[in-house]
Amino acid sequence: MTTSTVTAADTSALLDVCKRIRRHIVEMTHAAQSGHPGGSLSATEIFAALYFGGVARHDPANPQWGRRDRVILSKGHATPVVYATLAEAGYFDREVIPTFRALGTELQGHVVRNKPPGVEMSGGALGMGLSFAVGIALGHQLDGLADDEGQIFVVVGDGELNEGQNWEAIMSASHFGLHRITAIVDRNHFQNDGPGDEIMRIDPVGDKWAAFGWGVQHVDGHDVEAVRDAMLTARARSDAPQVVICETVKGRGVSFMAENPAGWHGKGPSDEQLAQALEEIDGGLT
Amino acid sequence: MTSSSPAAIPVPPPAAAREAYGPALVKLADAGHDIVALDADLSASTGGNKLAASHPDRWFTVGAAEQNMISIAAGLASTGKTVYAASFAVFMPGHCFDQIRVQIAQQRMNVKLIASHGGISVGEDGASAQAIEDLALMTSLPGMNVVVPSDAVEADWAIRRAAEDNEPWYIRLGRPKLPIIHLDESISRFELGHAERIREGDDLTLIACGLMVEPTIRAADALADEGVGARVLNMASIKPLDEEAVIQAAQQTGAIVCAEEHNVIGGLGSAVARTLAAHCPVPMEQVGIEDRFGQSGPWTALLQEYGLTAESVAVAAKRALARK
Ligand SMILES: Cc1ncc(C[n+]2csc(CCOP(=O)(O)OP(=O)(O)O)c2C)c(N)n1
Ligand SMILES: [Mg+2]
Repeated sequence: MTTSTVTAADTSALLDVCKRIRRHIVEMTHAAQSGHPGGSLSATEIFAALYFGGVARHDPANPQWGRRDRVILSKGHATPVVYATLAEAGYFDREVIPTFRALGTELQGHVVRNKPPGVEMSGGALGMGLSFAVGIALGHQLDGLADDEGQIFVVVGDGELNEGQNWEAIMSASHFGLHRITAIVDRNHFQNDGPGDEIMRIDPVGDKWAAFGWGVQHVDGHDVEAVRDAMLTARARSDAPQVVICETVKGRGVSFMAENPAGWHGKGPSDEQLAQALEEIDGGLT
Repeated sequence: MTSSSPAAIPVPPPAAAREAYGPALVKLADAGHDIVALDADLSASTGGNKLAASHPDRWFTVGAAEQNMISIAAGLASTGKTVYAASFAVFMPGHCFDQIRVQIAQQRMNVKLIASHGGISVGEDGASAQAIEDLALMTSLPGMNVVVPSDAVEADWAIRRAAEDNEPWYIRLGRPKLPIIHLDESISRFELGHAERIREGDDLTLIACGLMVEPTIRAADALADEGVGARVLNMASIKPLDEEAVIQAAQQTGAIVCAEEHNVIGGLGSAVARTLAAHCPVPMEQVGIEDRFGQSGPWTALLQEYGLTAESVAVAAKRALARK
């Protein structure tokens, strides 16, 4: 029987993985001259902790392993962080990364289920991931999986929470008692048109989830150990669905992106910008 | 299957196509199919509550939240279940088209969308409750099977046939009680992608689906009395369409009339016209809703008002014949 083959990396290894993921993100959006670097960089520690911190149980050699945990990117535009992570985890060859968004590639602009293996859900239209997770959790319940098997981690954007369907899903997850679901909010304070507080305020966002019956944790989303520990705590809970609200910076790790998040929602860096970005990433988060 | 002589078959009372859903689900679950059914606060009307009563662990209601229901259906299907999701045709696809598009159709999920209360025959509830555009939406999705059964018997066949594959389906069912056309299972059964030939004739072909099949048969009988031989095809399977039957009809009879309880744009008539234009253009006339919304009224009065009658089909037949 297959089990998760992935063992948890220590802190220095996790920091290293974050650097490699960030490099891939800027390189692939540079190669494509499009794509979404801002919301990928803000979610880097989240994905590193999920796949390398011993949070999600998964097996890159057997992506369809029936008792695996599911990681779902609901904000389906942040494909660079997903592809970077899956490549680093061994789901597909790193050589494929530069084909991001090219004709005929597996690495589509927005997530497509099983392309590459490891992508659990098609997305790109915001707001559907939590509902999809509710369906998986109901299926796992019917199949009689053990409490700690088949967990579902759903990464949602803060702007994405404007979509009403999320709240339908949040309501139904607690109604059905689906403790296998952990939502992770990439709280980077920006959406497509600008700052969330100007476009559509979601605060007090933690209180809203709590009012819908979820367990809530707040964490610094760029402290990879803190993110990992919060998700492990959430994973271990079997009383209610859990949400980890990760306080992040859109574009984190690349100064000119982090200083102008609205300008870096969906575009690729130039040659010079790429060189600067790689240099800063190698220096680590300051 | 037993075959008995048609004379021995008692005529069953009229039934609504939607009434087939609940019992079909129970049959599937009893037979051990790994099905799960979802409702969105309309389970007494869709019939999903029958499964809730007989197999409560296999049924969930999500409340009045169709978008959530569709994405949940996709998630359940991703765990290997055959999922049925039911609501009214105005709300599903009307209220959750993008969820159906991305999560059911693009992911090619094993989800069967059962839309009851299709068309204007919903009656008194008026325009917001009357789906006249659902077939246009659903046929435009790559990989979606789209079926409009003509009576409760055919609905039962189609609903259970859908469980035999892993593909997405949209099955539109009606609210009013209608005469049963399919009196004997041994005569003909629903087959995806196959037209059912109900009347033979060489002068023209009448192609209908759903609630328009029965009046179309009456129109054919009236035409026969006037010496016109009208072939009648029940085209429950709008997608995939039985193109061969359409092309044959055009070649052998030289004129076509399509009849449906849907906008004349985007439904059965459009699908047939596309096939004719590509393979064998012949005069074609449509009976359907002429690009306007519905309104309140008794369903029979609405069918009169919108020209969805045997008389309209016969008149359209004469127009088509005159153009031959
Ligand atoms: C249903 C839907 N409406 C609009 C869009 C266009 N869109 C893409 S990303 C985005 C903003 C998302 O903001 P957020 O969730 O905060 O993402 P992040 O900041 O993490 O990139 C919008 C409106 C979409 N993809 N889906
Ligand atoms: Mg954001």
